[in-house]
Amino acid sequence: MSRIAVTVNEKEHLIDVAPDTPLLWVLRDSLGLTGTKYGCGMGLCGACTVHLNGEAVRSCQTPVASVGAKKITTIEGLSPDRSHPVQRAWIAEQVPQCGYCQSGQIMQAAAFLAKTPHPTREQIDEGMNGNICRCATYQRIRRAIQRASGQNA
Amino acid sequence: MIPQTQVSRREFVKTSVQIAGVLILGFHLPERGGAQELPSGASVKVFKPNAWLRITADNQIKVLVEKPELGQGSRTYTPMLIAEELEVDWSAIQVEQAPTIPSIYQGLRTGGSGGVASTFTPMRQVGAQAREMLISAAAQQWKVKRRDCRAENGTVVHGPTNRRVSYGELVEAASKLPLINPDEITLKQPKDFRLIGKPMPRTDVPSKVDGSAAFGIDVRVPEMLFAVIVRCPSFGGKLQTFDASAAKAVPGVRAIFSVPPLPRHFNTAGGVAVVADSTWAAIQGRKALGLTWDKGPTSETTEALHDSVERQAAAPPTFIAIDRGDAVEVLAGPVKKLEAFYESPFQAHATMEPMNTTVHVRDNEIEVWSPTQFADEVQDEIAKLSGLPLDKVIVHMTLSGGSFGRRYQWDYAAEAWQVAKEMKKPVQLLWTREDDMQHDFYRPYNYQRLCGGFDDQGKLVAWSTRVVTTPISGANLYTGFTESSETLKDPATVAALEWYGADIAPYSIPNFRLDYAPTDSVVPRSWWRSVSSSYTPFAKESFVDELAHARGRDPFQFRMDLLTGTSPDTERLRRVLELAVEKAGWRVPLPKGRGRGIACRSGEVCSAQVAEVSVDDDGTVQVLRVVAAVDCGIAVNPDGVRAMTEGAINFALTAVLTGEITIKDGAVEQSNFHDYQVLRINQAPDVEVHIVPRVEDPSGVGELGAMLIPAAVANAVFAATGVRVRRLPIDPQLLKRSQS
Repeated sequence: MSRIAVTVNEKEHLIDVAPDTPLLWVLRDSLGLTGTKYGCGMGLCGACTVHLNGEAVRSCQTPVASVGAKKITTIEGLSPDRSHPVQRAWIAEQVPQCGYCQSGQIMQAAAFLAKTPHPTREQIDEGMNGNICRCATYQRIRRAIQRASGQNA
Repeated sequence: MIPQTQVSRREFVKTSVQIAGVLILGFHLPERGGAQELPSGASVKVFKPNAWLRITADNQIKVLVEKPELGQGSRTYTPMLIAEELEVDWSAIQVEQAPTIPSIYQGLRTGGSGGVASTFTPMRQVGAQAREMLISAAAQQWKVKRRDCRAENGTVVHGPTNRRVSYGELVEAASKLPLINPDEITLKQPKDFRLIGKPMPRTDVPSKVDGSAAFGIDVRVPEMLFAVIVRCPSFGGKLQTFDASAAKAVPGVRAIFSVPPLPRHFNTAGGVAVVADSTWAAIQGRKALGLTWDKGPTSETTEALHDSVERQAAAPPTFIAIDRGDAVEVLAGPVKKLEAFYESPFQAHATMEPMNTTVHVRDNEIEVWSPTQFADEVQDEIAKLSGLPLDKVIVHMTLSGGSFGRRYQWDYAAEAWQVAKEMKKPVQLLWTREDDMQHDFYRPYNYQRLCGGFDDQGKLVAWSTRVVTTPISGANLYTGFTESSETLKDPATVAALEWYGADIAPYSIPNFRLDYAPTDSVVPRSWWRSVSSSYTPFAKESFVDELAHARGRDPFQFRMDLLTGTSPDTERLRRVLELAVEKAGWRVPLPKGRGRGIACRSGEVCSAQVAEVSVDDDGTVQVLRVVAAVDCGIAVNPDGVRAMTEGAINFALTAVLTGEITIKDGAVEQSNFHDYQVLRINQAPDVEVHIVPRVEDPSGVGELGAMLIPAAVANAVFAATGVRVRRLPIDPQLLKRSQS
């Protein structure tokens, strides 16, 4: 165990964990930020996606000790009031069914759109291909991303 | 004598899962329903007309929803039904999960796409009962004729004077009135609906875009611990020895102990539990365990299963399910015969939220938080296991991260109790993805032999279907109270679980026989989105296509020509077929390498699908577009019907394109999403859903889309390549060879 400092959603935390603990479990079990989900533990499904300095990463594959001074943003910190364009688009398109994967989908989409503000359908499919939704809400995810990018869905 | 049976699965679910006389108590014991959910404080007055509705003096309206929310929309359609009759603004409504008190709430479960259908009338009665009492209260207060008063937008209005009083102001007066019998209230006519039939936004969506929606895995209670169990990889195996010394040294690990398997009724594997301060510490501790297993029966392989189902396709049937006319004799006679075999393997549910449950065992009381679709059963089972009375087992039904039938089992809740009772603190038992993939209750392995015969005029005169499965009957927790051989003698059970969806009606074919034979397997099986209809229409609707092509006929027109009867089902089926074909542009030519396929089904819900596919040079199938026509009675929330249909089609595409659970040495070979490959966004077609306008009572559509897409795609692949797919998932090698 060692004492590790992390900055999550602009708040600093000191935590006592083994340094190889994946960020996912630090967020969920140490900090109580349960919006970030466990899905596979192998970086295969994207349910655990968070931002490190704005980049989408799989928190289940990110040892907490590797984060350093980078700023972590989770779904809880994406906006204070569901006002991020991606969240608004997700509501407008009524994307979620069970909703379990949607935190990861939204974090992935937000980081993707920051880099690709006007994506084509093919770019969306490529950018979102690492995120599994078993309710298979994929076509609404596509529409919501188009809407968030200002394109008519 | 072999009995014939035609039990629809809905009938089965209705009679065996839901209790007759549902809701009666909820209407007559209002003072008990959901008592602990009420706002407290002396100043707040609450009108509780029944167990599902609370109206406060400050005009807050709370709906208690019995049905679990698995993603199918129970927390939206339930308040819609109530608000429709209550005459309130949609935005005034708050939604809560009803507490697990089965003596009051008798619908704490959902299955068989039955949620909307089973609540359609009762939940409207819930709203109507409150409305009528509020009207009575206002009329008494004003000393006017009741019939001059009406409910409107959260108020009661006196017509002649246009006086108006809010529901909140009537709370006290209405609470003093005798209850009005809901059966004596006339419900609104469909033409007067304001909410039902309109696309309504889901009540749970806001919480699902900001991370605040709490699933079972998100339950956090003070001083809780986290646990995982290691189970024998092969089914039926047992723990021999374990060495915990290295595991105990893992920081954060608190306890390690063996957990016995629970008997057939629970179907848990048993193993070794590791309890720790965090999930990660528990997983690390588990990795450090030394383990030896008695692996049990390890001879089963997918190849052996294939041989076995093939044998059973030719063996004498356990029973004949349907025998209209004399198909056996006709097919043995001078007809032009066509025969084909269809096979679909085991499938996992692979819900995004793996199985988990949190349990706190206290002195004489147990508290359970479980993502289940069967809360009252979880309560009942844990009461039985612990010996406590029902009311000492408090079950909170959390949101579920997908289910698709998996959460109708209570194995994981029982395991969580086994672990928690050894600890003095609350424990969350989590199944890792690997646990979930390798210890699921799988969609049965199945194999079907179909035979059709044309007479010398080219008329299809006979059809026989043999269904072979590793049956759910006898293997499943719910029906598995008796040994498989006994359960398999009950045709109604077998009908509901093994072959429902295989009947060719309403196609007019004079001689039809459907029979059944089981194959044994060590692999646990259960319902998987649409149960037997996830495979029977694959065979039936592929075979219709084969028969059409054998006659050189257009597959749509061939179906229409078989739909010559006058039953309502025939009419409805013709209509959805025509609608799907029209919207899909069925007759518009496609470029080389592309094809369209059609499939349909009738029943409570009639539907037709047209899939359009392309097949690449390497044999990869891409489903480009699916058009679905749906006749489900009135679509309570049309956007919900669309969402379910889009989702069910894409869910089932996993089983069509890539998903397969294979068995080696009596164990599942796949372990995570790298080797059980589920559909991703780049494989997901756009689905267009066209709903037939209807006013009849609704039927559920949660499973519907999954039933038809396998045949629609297989038929489209044939149209594109001339290669007939008879085994799923589609093998690209089969198509690659054909392309070259």
